[in-house]
Amino acid sequence: MTTYTLRELMVVAAARQIADEQVVFVGMRLPLLGFLLAKRTHAPRAIGLYENGVIREIPSAEMLYTMSDPPNIYRATSCADMLTVMGLLQQGRVDVGFIGGAEIDRFGNLNTTVVHADGRRPIRLPGSGGACDIASLAHRLIAIMAHEKRRFRERVSYVTSPGYGEGGDWRSAVGLPRGGPSVVITDKAILEFDPVTKEAVLSSVHPGIGVDDVLAHTGWPLRVADDLTETLPPTEEELRIIRDLDPQGFWTR
Amino acid sequence: MPMGKRMTLTEAIERFVPDGASIVMGTAMEALIPFAAGHEIIRQKKRDLTLIGPISDILFDQLIGAGCVKKVVAAWVGNVSGGSAYNLRRAVEEGTPQPLEMEDHTNFTIALGLHAAALGVPYLPARTALGSDIQRGNDHLRSTICPYTGDRLIAVRAIEPDVAIVHVQRADEMGNCHLWGNLGVTIDAVRASRRVIITAEEIVPADVILSDPNRTLIPGFLVTAVVEQPWGAHPSPVVGYYNRDNDYFHEYHRETKTREQFHRWLQRWVLGVRDRSHYLERLGPDRCAALRPRRKAPSAPAEFGY
Repeated sequence: MTTYTLRELMVVAAARQIADEQVVFVGMRLPLLGFLLAKRTHAPRAIGLYENGVIREIPSAEMLYTMSDPPNIYRATSCADMLTVMGLLQQGRVDVGFIGGAEIDRFGNLNTTVVHADGRRPIRLPGSGGACDIASLAHRLIAIMAHEKRRFRERVSYVTSPGYGEGGDWRSAVGLPRGGPSVVITDKAILEFDPVTKEAVLSSVHPGIGVDDVLAHTGWPLRVADDLTETLPPTEEELRIIRDLDPQGFWTR
Repeated sequence: MPMGKRMTLTEAIERFVPDGASIVMGTAMEALIPFAAGHEIIRQKKRDLTLIGPISDILFDQLIGAGCVKKVVAAWVGNVSGGSAYNLRRAVEEGTPQPLEMEDHTNFTIALGLHAAALGVPYLPARTALGSDIQRGNDHLRSTICPYTGDRLIAVRAIEPDVAIVHVQRADEMGNCHLWGNLGVTIDAVRASRRVIITAEEIVPADVILSDPNRTLIPGFLVTAVVEQPWGAHPSPVVGYYNRDNDYFHEYHRETKTREQFHRWLQRWVLGVRDRSHYLERLGPDRCAALRPRRKAPSAPAEFGY
């Protein structure tokens, strides 16, 4: 059996969230690789939107460090401005959006602005960027995060990107038009959300990771799905493409 | 005022960036960031500035660390390659070198605020950020109700900077600019601002600009000052001229973790250099050459004959 890194598995899990012909708000780092992988496998007609204004159908030929790197401009479908792509997002034309986070909570609210830890000075983080917009306006939100207890908290100390707020129908009550977190991909597991209460539920653990390990690294009593599964490992083909896209393993080692 | 827009960067910053000014920069996201202009602002010891932008990569962090800034109006301040920006953290967490007021936005609300100003209206409605602490904590993102549908919306207040500083590929003497690649919020930022400083990789004859009016995204009559500044956006990329200097961003991350380290960094790259050509000497010709495009990829000409 081929060996792979957990990050490679996360990229594969991200790619599997993209269906063919979908419009994807791509983001950077692992989601970007996930988008490129999906394009080369099961979703060749997916369309990528980037908040800097780039719209892409042909995957970039080179590894990107930022979405504004010249290889992401070369042979792009369109280079527009931010309002163009944010407008498409607000209209409801984006099927799936990817973001990361420093903290996430039971109802999928994400914090990338300021961390308040007990008895310590608050830690200032970079902020939203476009994350709050994607979380507010995409039909489905996929969050990708390291699975650590200090990051998976009962309540985030600051809601940068709204998930399901306090659960239930909170999103429609505050006026958000649609969406909400659909899946959280971590380096240990995959979480989904209860359709009614909107609470996170452990739906899949990665091969070689125990359920107890996941629960021990989650800062609230995490519900476990009745039909808990094991995450499908990457195929040979998926690994070959990831390593072709990121030959030095900059994002995936 | 038909003549006299061409000037040096030193003169443009001296004349049009007073202490206390609000400045929008980094309008094309990770590309075309006006680092040369930012460094000149630091050398001229401008104070009490308000910086406005969606994301700024490491330029805002440098100005904060140099003590030029009292307020930031932005969606994201950090190092795109490295994550945290240490001067931002020191200013917010410790008040070093001075306290910093943060007005947190999202990329979309920055874009809408500038667009509102560009349209000449006091605000624009949006559906983003509802229920978030960004909205709760920002008095310029107030809740409102749509008079037609009754929908709950946010009213993004217009953002009117004193100055926009924008880096472009090429401009003529009058400030008519050709720019390409991702545009971010550049066009709205120019229209929203009272004054506009253009730094351009090249100043070209007016006929070059006139040959392709659809690419003239900034008309010269909105421009206050035009500066020819090759490599003016390094280490950020300029499509067609140079690629992103990724190592530089990693080095900055490693070399600014403490205040003392940052002082050394600032001395080496900003305070200890006279101007951009001196900076490029420090960078060295080999490093510059390695950033140049490796392939030609011109667009097909558009026919404007009649």
